[in-house]
Amino acid sequence: MRRFRTAAAAALTTALTVALATGCGGGTTTGGGASNSKPKELTYWASNQGSSLEHDKKVLGPELEKFEKRTGIKVKLEVIPWSNLLDRILAAASSGEGPDVLNIGNTWSSSLQKSGALLPLDDEALAKTGGKKRFSPSAFAATGQRGETPVAVPLYSLTYALYYHKKRFEQAGIDGPPKTWKELVAAGKKLTGDGRYGLAVEGGDPVENSHHAFVFAKQHGSDFFDAKGNPTFDSPGNVKAVKQYVDFVAGDRIAAKGNAEYAARQSVRDFAKGKAGMLLWQAARSQLLANGMKDGEWGVAPVPVRSASDGGQRAVNSMVAGINLAVFKDTDNRDGALEFVKFMTSTAEQKKLNDTYGSISPVLRAQQAPPRDEDEKVMRAVLADSSAPLPQVPDESKFETLVGTAMKELFADAAAGRSVTEESVRQRLGEAQQKMRK
Amino acid sequence: MSTRTERIRRAGMPYLLLVPALVLELIVHIAPMVTGIVMAFKDLTQEYIRNWGSAPWAGLGNFRIAVDFDAPVGEALLRSFGITCAFTVLAVGLAWLLGVTAAILMQDAFRGRAALRALFLTPYALPVYAAVITWSFLLQREGGLVNHVLHDQLGLVDEPPFWLVGDNSFLALVVVSVWRTWPFAFLMLTAALQNIPRDVYEASALDGAGIWRQIRHVTLPALRPVNMVLLLVLFLWTFNDFNVPFVLFGKSAPESADLISLHIYQSSFATWDFGAGSAMSVLLLLFLLVVTACYLLLTRERSRPRGR
Repeated sequence: MRRFRTAAAAALTTALTVALATGCGGGTTTGGGASNSKPKELTYWASNQGSSLEHDKKVLGPELEKFEKRTGIKVKLEVIPWSNLLDRILAAASSGEGPDVLNIGNTWSSSLQKSGALLPLDDEALAKTGGKKRFSPSAFAATGQRGETPVAVPLYSLTYALYYHKKRFEQAGIDGPPKTWKELVAAGKKLTGDGRYGLAVEGGDPVENSHHAFVFAKQHGSDFFDAKGNPTFDSPGNVKAVKQYVDFVAGDRIAAKGNAEYAARQSVRDFAKGKAGMLLWQAARSQLLANGMKDGEWGVAPVPVRSASDGGQRAVNSMVAGINLAVFKDTDNRDGALEFVKFMTSTAEQKKLNDTYGSISPVLRAQQAPPRDEDEKVMRAVLADSSAPLPQVPDESKFETLVGTAMKELFADAAAGRSVTEESVRQRLGEAQQKMRK
Repeated sequence: MSTRTERIRRAGMPYLLLVPALVLELIVHIAPMVTGIVMAFKDLTQEYIRNWGSAPWAGLGNFRIAVDFDAPVGEALLRSFGITCAFTVLAVGLAWLLGVTAAILMQDAFRGRAALRALFLTPYALPVYAAVITWSFLLQREGGLVNHVLHDQLGLVDEPPFWLVGDNSFLALVVVSVWRTWPFAFLMLTAALQNIPRDVYEASALDGAGIWRQIRHVTLPALRPVNMVLLLVLFLWTFNDFNVPFVLFGKSAPESADLISLHIYQSSFATWDFGAGSAMSVLLLLFLLVVTACYLLLTRERSRPRGR
């Protein structure tokens, strides 16, 4: 009996171990698709656009009530932080249990399009939301792979801009915002000293890193994917581009070492407190106000380029950033969802929401209004003239994760006092590329 | 009614009572596990997540990539495995040592013992997310309390060190993990100590045994059965820990603290390659199975002569 018991205990423990170890996994075969079985309610997953999740709830709440009054459809709102949004969408896709309408980062469009989790917006569906022609073409280009039925419409558009601290520029005797990277580094060196720095970077945030890598690479005439969609991470131009960005901490030392661990918008805080004189950010206004700055205390300029005479791809100084609005394929309220998309992209709502969030409206009619501030003026010009969309390939999100993480490690190397050379950059990028595997 | 059916009925009763638990076990544990194993043999990318049954079979492809230690994917997995082993040995060892020390010190009644015991148990009672997020604030390079004490007040280091990126993050992870798990060891061992009769200590004291001899020859042998289970449980928890590194470091852990659970998460969720992630999970499972089986066999062999 004793022996049997020990064996049984061993077997049970083993079984439980197995269970513990494979706690992850799962996933079901979901069939079905869009239906109209629950016409009076919608669930909406909003991304975090404001200074906090609470801020978003306050902004969106009254608009959703307006929608309910108009259509009788109750919208349940959930604001999801960026760090969780993609995981939540993937979980929703594999289980079929998700929202009806959701915000996605526009760079995920192709990847999610391939997953089939989102309702393809064919002509019939698009007509119900007011049609494709209402949107700016550059923003609409980031709603899926070219030549395929789009899976989203643009909701908020953004570009990067250079924010500079007016008072600190004055104190350091710098006339205006730098136009080239050489000027930026020179200005940065003037601003650095006494525990204060020229620039703040979000070095611990892989996504943020990858966006800068993309733009810097463009300026070196280089890309992270070739025409066939194959990765070319460690090409010489990309190596130079990544090194140039990491060098703000490693070589030029115009950004604090501590930036290597920033991943929760600490760089915005540092800029607002005057600890850093410059910041490369998208639509920073609401976050700067939340950190105690007042309108007029900062200036906005386009992100610098390598040489003022550069043209074409080399003059690119921002990605086409933005948030798209999509309908989940397994929605129980297809018509209501499309109605909601129409409402959210209506000119009136667009003006209101984009003004609050400091983004630009991708709806052409809303863009006709005079710019509300310097921020919008700069971003509109950049969006129209010198921005490029991130590669619309299904593996794009892998690029963000792998290259962004490689850069995070390079920042950590620099922070630990190890030197960052072209060779070490090439090695990291090469490893990242090999992890793409197919 | 014959005595035979009566006997069968009696003998069968416990099994009947177990059926609901077994069914639940099947649903909650076994089914997802089998699913995970099946996924490891599929080429499962974002294309198929809505209907993963339709993903093409990959045979052993995912495994081959995971164990090809000359290529970056396999090399990184092996590195992560090594780090996890070192981390587990350190974290479990320290948690156990702290637990047993505190339990023995708390064995005799003194004023404030109950309060101290409650205090020791707080890390275990706190929700893991809240506790670890607090640690991440403490460990920030600028404005973090740890550096404030080490650098600003005590002046032990010339320059404030990084704890959340770079090489020190391993140390930070060990400390936070030990802080999380040692109260459990303390709790288990405190309970076990209650079962040692006082007169054994009195007898050994009469025979001239000092405190160290008492610990070695009375306390520790008496704790052996509890220790066996405790170490196994701590090992499994720590080796598989996902929450602590995820909350502390975010999605991409620093290389020196790249624990295997987070590594697998990054290889599947963050890069949309779920087949590869599942294959790595299955390998991890096999490893844990072997370790657990060996551990149980070894401890059983050794305990048998004493038991009879």
